Amino acid sequence: MALWEVFIRPRRGLAHSHVGSVHAADAQTALRNARDVYTRRQEGVSIWVVPAAEITASSPEEKDSFFDPAADKVYRHPTFYQVPEGAPHI
Amino acid sequence: MSTDVLALGDDALIAAQRLAEWCSRGPDLEEDIALTNIALDQLGAARLLLGLAGSREQPARTEDELAFLRTDREFRNCLMVELPNGDFAVTMAKLLFLAAYQKPLYEELAAASSDDPELAAIAAKAVKESAYHLDHAALWTVRLGDGTEESHRRMQNAVDEIWPYTHELFESHPDWLSTVDEVLRESTLERPADGWRPTGGRDGVHTEHLSRLLAEMQVLHRAHPGVTW
Repeated sequence: MALWEVFIRPRRGLAHSHVGSVHAADAQTALRNARDVYTRRQEGVSIWVVPAAEITASSPEEKDSFFDPAADKVYRHPTFYQVPEGAPHI
Repeated sequence: MSTDVLALGDDALIAAQRLAEWCSRGPDLEEDIALTNIALDQLGAARLLLGLAGSREQPARTEDELAFLRTDREFRNCLMVELPNGDFAVTMAKLLFLAAYQKPLYEELAAASSDDPELAAIAAKAVKESAYHLDHAALWTVRLGDGTEESHRRMQNAVDEIWPYTHELFESHPDWLSTVDEVLRESTLERPADGWRPTGGRDGVHTEHLSRLLAEMQVLHRAHPGVTW
């Protein structure tokens, strides 16, 4: 049976987050399986299921070339600014 | 009115016990959890309904006394819920017919809160659960009925086997029939002809299957009265 990746948006969340996977023969069954397996304790208000085979993922072998170049680019972080007094939500 | 509540509670309790037999035996992990969820929904409704029915007796009885200390002749559940699970198709046929019965019944009771506010509150909680049970059973009935040759054959056999026991649920049942008909049509299954109408559950006259079910369900409580976790 096909594997489906499950994404759930929590009650107070803005975005769906990956929570795990389920097996199912079709999308509707996958959605219901995800409901039964991952929202038993009121974890979510919205579910996405995505065929696992449709996900294109980066390879562990590409890890160095993908991610290491960002390691020494501290200027990409907004840490060189003085935050004005009283500016909220920064 | 008290007798009606007892019958509703017994339907839910015996359905819960049967569904719980699937625990760790589901066709896959996902369905195992789904069936256990549904069993727990039914058990939750059963506890509230039996609690209410018991509180209205003179002298009053607790939910545990009603569940564990009655004999088969004192149970008021319909025969359908006590029938063995059979294969997965039989379990789904029973769940489809039961949920299509419970959902409109709970809706009606929830709406009649002026008649019986306590029962209405319990029904209002159960109605959403019933809607999901109906959805789940309908999904599988369609998948199996409109699936392979083998799954179609077994789902049709299941519907044929359980159909006679649905007559006990109603005097007349236009709404139930339209709900079930729609699912059967989408599943490419034939509605069985009406014939044999086994009945008696509401009067305490059950199949032999209930005695065996009760033996397993009640053994712990009877061996160790008042035992707690």
